[in-house]
Amino acid sequence: MTYEGRTLVVGDDVDTDAIIPAQYLVTTDPTELGRHCLQGLDPALPGKIQTGAILVAGRNFGCGSSREHAVLALKGAGIRCVVARSFARIFFRNAINLGFPVIECPGLEGIEEGHLVSVDLGAGVIRDISTQREYRMARLPHFILEILTAGGLVPWAKEKEARWR
Amino acid sequence: MGMTLVEAIIARHAGRTVAAGEFVEVPVDFVLANDITAPLAIRAFRELGVERVFDPERVALVPDHFTPNKDVRSAEQCRVTREFAREQGIHYFEVGHGGIEHVLLPERGLVLPGEIVVGGDSHTCTYGALGAFATGMGSTDVGYSMATGKTWVRVPKTIRVELRGLLSRWVMGKDVVLHLIEKVGTSGANWCAFEFGGEIGSLPLDDRFTVANMAVEAGATAGLFPPDEEVLAYLEDRAARPFTPLYPDPDASYAEVIEVDLGNLRPLVARPHSPANVVPVDELDEVPIDQVVIGSCTNGRWRDLLMAAEVLRGRRVHPEVRCVVIPGTQGLHLRAVREGLAEVFLTAGAVLSPPTCGPCLGGHMGVLAAGESCVSTTNRNFRGRMGHPESKVYLANPAVAAASAVLGRIASPEELFGEGRG
Ligand code: SF4
Repeated sequence: MTYEGRTLVVGDDVDTDAIIPAQYLVTTDPTELGRHCLQGLDPALPGKIQTGAILVAGRNFGCGSSREHAVLALKGAGIRCVVARSFARIFFRNAINLGFPVIECPGLEGIEEGHLVSVDLGAGVIRDISTQREYRMARLPHFILEILTAGGLVPWAKEKEARWR
Repeated sequence: MGMTLVEAIIARHAGRTVAAGEFVEVPVDFVLANDITAPLAIRAFRELGVERVFDPERVALVPDHFTPNKDVRSAEQCRVTREFAREQGIHYFEVGHGGIEHVLLPERGLVLPGEIVVGGDSHTCTYGALGAFATGMGSTDVGYSMATGKTWVRVPKTIRVELRGLLSRWVMGKDVVLHLIEKVGTSGANWCAFEFGGEIGSLPLDDRFTVANMAVEAGATAGLFPPDEEVLAYLEDRAARPFTPLYPDPDASYAEVIEVDLGNLRPLVARPHSPANVVPVDELDEVPIDQVVIGSCTNGRWRDLLMAAEVLRGRRVHPEVRCVVIPGTQGLHLRAVREGLAEVFLTAGAVLSPPTCGPCLGGHMGVLAAGESCVSTTNRNFRGRMGHPESKVYLANPAVAAASAVLGRIASPEELFGEGRG
């Protein structure tokens, strides 16, 4: 799986209240949640997100509450994947479970807003096409890749069940 | 080699020895979700094509975040949750019979030592106070566990926290955990579990719930206390099922050991916008406040209410401050009425709310306007958590919150009781 897109860059400790403020938790519709994506960080951000963007973040992305709405909001806003120096555990799980790629890259540095970036999950490499720099990502365990490839925990479980039968 | 408490619990469920870092599938003993996370969990459950939950006695849905319903849409989310609970015959705690999930479920004896509990709420880790491996997950995980009675976990590394000494008068579990979060940082315990040991008897059980509750604020998967006599006595008349308490082996190996001298701790405050932004109350410059919130799954228990009442008894809330007191459950609310605490709060000029998460996540019952400041006994002071992005939340223990309500600025109870430190 390879993803390519322009970057949107945020800092460290972006929490789930910043990704989707609690006032919008009265719906589970990704499109509606997507309209408020990252609004808690900066009210102007939702208007700036381009479909197909790759979100580049610092440490501990997605810390805070367990709301899956955070992943839905990112998906709904059209963000293709998140590349971060590290992720908070629950957010990381939720993203995998919803088939949304989250790529941990502790050595991430110097990728600026608007750069064209490609993320190659198979090769384990993130390439900043704008600067020609390459970064190695932390490899995901096999069965996590399996869930991601299946499109999330639910389709994965159904596939598994189908195989058992 | 010996196992830590969390390893022992996972190993017992997996039916084999396990090591930190491993991914394993385990059966779960209890599954929960709330009015925000349940609707999505129910959707995942339905998508799996399963008819019934794995065991109706072991699943609970607790409406607490936006209840009593704050608007039509939150009412709809509760309706979905309630209807599913009725259809499946699982535990559901209607308004007037329940409270905040993490205060309520231990009170009802539904989460027990040695168990694995997964919840659609990040503060599920609260039950670590009872010696359970309890951890927060997202809705899809919860839907999967409701359907299959299983989950996958990565065995966390264990950070041992050795407690020594006795707490001073106005120092509580909140200060212990704020101190710990300051020490390790908000992501310092990511993919780790805290295991508390040493003189844990120095912390009353209510304070242990506070400590375990905020383990996730350091990024931890869980925070566990070995269940001592106080826990076993607490569960004697309430445990809903038989259980087997587990304990760490003496030769367990830890990723790290942190020592905390309880006697040296002072009342602390976490300043905006991070629970790790900690400072002793008496080193803070003067901070005028608009609101005080005493409650939540962190500090909405009996000892919390007692400490707040001790400060507020015979005093008045500052005329420019709104003080909201929220007992964690219907049972605690009733007890506050019966034992005279309700009168103390109301006479002081506080409002007494029915149990709800309410202001903790900026839902209702005390949302902040732009520029306002609040001292809150809750667990998160992220930007905008309690309302407007330009509002500020300071986290503190209930005694500090009550003293601040009286003085109209962030203050230690020592100021009101005329004591020096010591
Ligand atoms: S009281 Fe606050 S932290 Fe606790 S469950 Fe409710 S919203 Fe979450």
